[in-house]
Amino acid sequence: MKEKRIQVVVNGKTYELMVPPWRTLLEVIREDLKLTGAKEGCGQGECGACTVMMGGRTVNSCLVLAVEADGQEITTIEGLSEGNKIHPIQDAFVEQAGMQCGFCTPGMIMSAKELLDRNPDPSEQEIREGIAGNVCRCTGYTKIVESIGAAAKAMKGGE
Amino acid sequence: MEEYSVIGKRVPRIDGRVKVTGEAKYAADYELSGMLWCKILRSPYAHAKILHIDASRAEKLTGVKAIITAKDFEGWKWGWMPKTRDEPPLAEGKARYLAEAVAAVAAVDEETAEEATELIQVEYEELPGVFDPEEAMKEGAPQIHDYVKDNISWEFHMDFGDVEKAFRESDLVREDRFETGRVTHGYLEPPAAVGYWDSSGITIWAAKQSPYFVYRHLASCFKLPLNKVRVIQPFIGGGFGGTKNDSLAGDFCVILLSKMTGKPVKFVYNMEEELMTSRRRHNMIIYNKMGMKKDGTITAMQSKVIADGGAYTAIGPLTMYLTGFMTTLPYKLPNYKHDIYRVFTNHPISAAMRGHGVTHTRFAAEIQMEMMAEELGIDPVEIRLKNAIHAPHETINKVTVFSCGLSEGVKTLAERPEWKQRDRKKQEGPLAHGVGLSGTAYLGGARQRGHQSCAAVVRLCEDGSIDYLTGATDCGQGSDTVLVQIIAEELGLRVDDIDIKRVDTAVTPCDAGSYGSRVTVLAGEAAQKAARDVREQLARFAAKEWDVNPEDIVFKNSQVHAKGSSEQSMPFRKLAQIACYSGSGAVIVGKGYSDYGIEVLDFERGVGNGGTSYSFTSQLSKVDVDVETGFVKCTDIVLAHDCGKPLNPINVEAQNQGAAVQGLGQAIYEEFKMDKGKTLNPNFIDYKMPLSMDAPRIEVIDIITDDPKGPYGAKEASEGAIVSSPPSVVSAIHDATGIWFKEQPVTPEKILMALREKKKAAE
Repeated sequence: MKEKRIQVVVNGKTYELMVPPWRTLLEVIREDLKLTGAKEGCGQGECGACTVMMGGRTVNSCLVLAVEADGQEITTIEGLSEGNKIHPIQDAFVEQAGMQCGFCTPGMIMSAKELLDRNPDPSEQEIREGIAGNVCRCTGYTKIVESIGAAAKAMKGGE
Repeated sequence: MEEYSVIGKRVPRIDGRVKVTGEAKYAADYELSGMLWCKILRSPYAHAKILHIDASRAEKLTGVKAIITAKDFEGWKWGWMPKTRDEPPLAEGKARYLAEAVAAVAAVDEETAEEATELIQVEYEELPGVFDPEEAMKEGAPQIHDYVKDNISWEFHMDFGDVEKAFRESDLVREDRFETGRVTHGYLEPPAAVGYWDSSGITIWAAKQSPYFVYRHLASCFKLPLNKVRVIQPFIGGGFGGTKNDSLAGDFCVILLSKMTGKPVKFVYNMEEELMTSRRRHNMIIYNKMGMKKDGTITAMQSKVIADGGAYTAIGPLTMYLTGFMTTLPYKLPNYKHDIYRVFTNHPISAAMRGHGVTHTRFAAEIQMEMMAEELGIDPVEIRLKNAIHAPHETINKVTVFSCGLSEGVKTLAERPEWKQRDRKKQEGPLAHGVGLSGTAYLGGARQRGHQSCAAVVRLCEDGSIDYLTGATDCGQGSDTVLVQIIAEELGLRVDDIDIKRVDTAVTPCDAGSYGSRVTVLAGEAAQKAARDVREQLARFAAKEWDVNPEDIVFKNSQVHAKGSSEQSMPFRKLAQIACYSGSGAVIVGKGYSDYGIEVLDFERGVGNGGTSYSFTSQLSKVDVDVETGFVKCTDIVLAHDCGKPLNPINVEAQNQGAAVQGLGQAIYEEFKMDKGKTLNPNFIDYKMPLSMDAPRIEVIDIITDDPKGPYGAKEASEGAIVSSPPSVVSAIHDATGIWFKEQPVTPEKILMALREKKKAAE
């Protein structure tokens, strides 16, 4: 089948790419753009390790075809920090032990970002719902929930 | 207590930043120029003779560079012990489990490699399979290997005291059948590696939590000296024992394919491949018999354990050993008999998983002890306090315990409002509330057979910064941070002054890796000694400078000074420079190795210390059981955990929380559904691991016991919490429903059926 030309903006940078119709957004991000922060875990949209933001909402990039991303603005974990300055959510995950092996972490942080963009002051229950699509086998979630809570607080100026 | 600067502090993980930014590279993130992709063809049968393999059509496919089958490995096999080396990289002569690797392809890209595997034609003769270990033990059952009889992969017979006499003298004796589930590690990173063969030998980036296992396997398989095998460790996306503690078909295949093609080769299993073929936890049937006096004193225990070993031995004998020798902890047991059979079946291979071996028999013993206490009208707290060991303690099989926080842990939980008020409200609408307890033990610093070397090298740079080389691996548990804390503590430096190099077998000292909760205890001791070696060398330079005794030099807050003097002081950095520039330049390298707990043990009879020290975990779990749907929601978990002394408390909490939830999954959610050797749910949709909505908030209380032998008083942390979780949760379900469940996982179906039976019986 013929390759299709797509244009995507990833982490603020515009890319023109030729992609076969079966190629997933995750493959394009990891293999063509060499942004390996997003991970392939289950490859079926269950584990959330491939979570990125597309048009301001999180998607499982393993389930999105690259051609569907044509014209979209995408943020990956690599686009969250500004130069040397990491995002408050990333900082909270470091400080509150919100990660262990780190494989789910990029996706988890993207889900946290979307949650806090929508709801800057989530309850514990809302945080748990916000990351319900991201499996973490290491932490048991307690410290992830605490990290996101701490990030929410920090982003409001620490009140 | 000694005041430490870095030890015992809530130091953030040193790998935190690279993990939150996505910079951390895992095996699948590596690619090399000119790299080929490897894909594996797998057996569609659980038990079949391989009569003929025709790869000619696949070879003709454009982009295919090489194809290999068993014959290319020339009969080489691996296994945990010399006499159990029964597993070939690719199935040889016959396939013994469904999806066993049969052939491998290297091609220019992943799609071509995949397509080529489909073009390989294999002629099989299907053989009758055996999928139930109790059936497999019977005479006349299909034989899976020729080298053993009746499919008995391994057996142990441990016998201490006189169980028969003790049962005769008991007031109550109970016999029950327990079964633990078919569960897996559930890490999110599937196995992967990139490797190549060239004139310098083998270089491989592989997702391994014990890189030195694959290092030896590759050297043996390819007949190379060890200095020609370089295993470089990427970040590891979770391990939990088993698969990432061993070699896999893919590891051997990429190296052989590279040798044949002259190109680097990469493999990444997909999740279905991982869940269908990787090593999983042993499913065990436990026939348990316990004797008790009227006052609750346990008199004896006899267990017959039958474990489904799957198609090959792997590390299985060790699993069986742990299952038996740990029976005498954490409750006093004067008489015990243990007969264990690991049985080959045509299932995927069973091996180690967090809580290795111990979780099975401890589940049976905990539940049975509570059942008997209930019959005798003894409270769950009282029965535990009555039987709990106290340090120092030597068990009947010569396991020695120097610190034990079990009773204190149980007492701490008994004071919690969740426990004290447990009878206040038992039911609200369809929700029945229940609270359960458990008290368990786990070994740290595993030292059973195999290679045990555990060393550290600490190299001083002339600017006072430190390079720390260790063969110990952090697969997510946070050990890199703890080990760096140890070096910093000993040298009076900050954590940021130390750089830990990830394992590279070309430069790091040999180490057994991450298993058996050994890293903090053993690699920690090695790190401590290596740092002290550097400190002593530096102290001599400082002593010379100030004309004092080297013993009087103090290292603290990045400064060095002579004891009692404020003038004889300089920054650590300056002393480093003096030392490194002295004469023609001193090379300051510290080395240390662990010699903790290396006494010989009687493996066959289960006598002696399988670990160097033992952690104790008490767990309180609170559940809501919906009596209409059978659904269980765990609402609270509190752990009272004795790891001696937590060297990094936030990390210890985090580890325990994760282990408890993994144990919760095992207790009520997770189970491979099998049909004649086929895994019916090899995906995360149908193999259900706890999500954020299923896990409760978990509180961890440290019970400090300061182990007299561990580094800074530390013992292992958190493998115990996967042992404590299932009995505690199952006990809570009993509290809610009045029913004892003896088979994991306790699914809604089982609960509904049992409630129906109970109702029928009452009518």
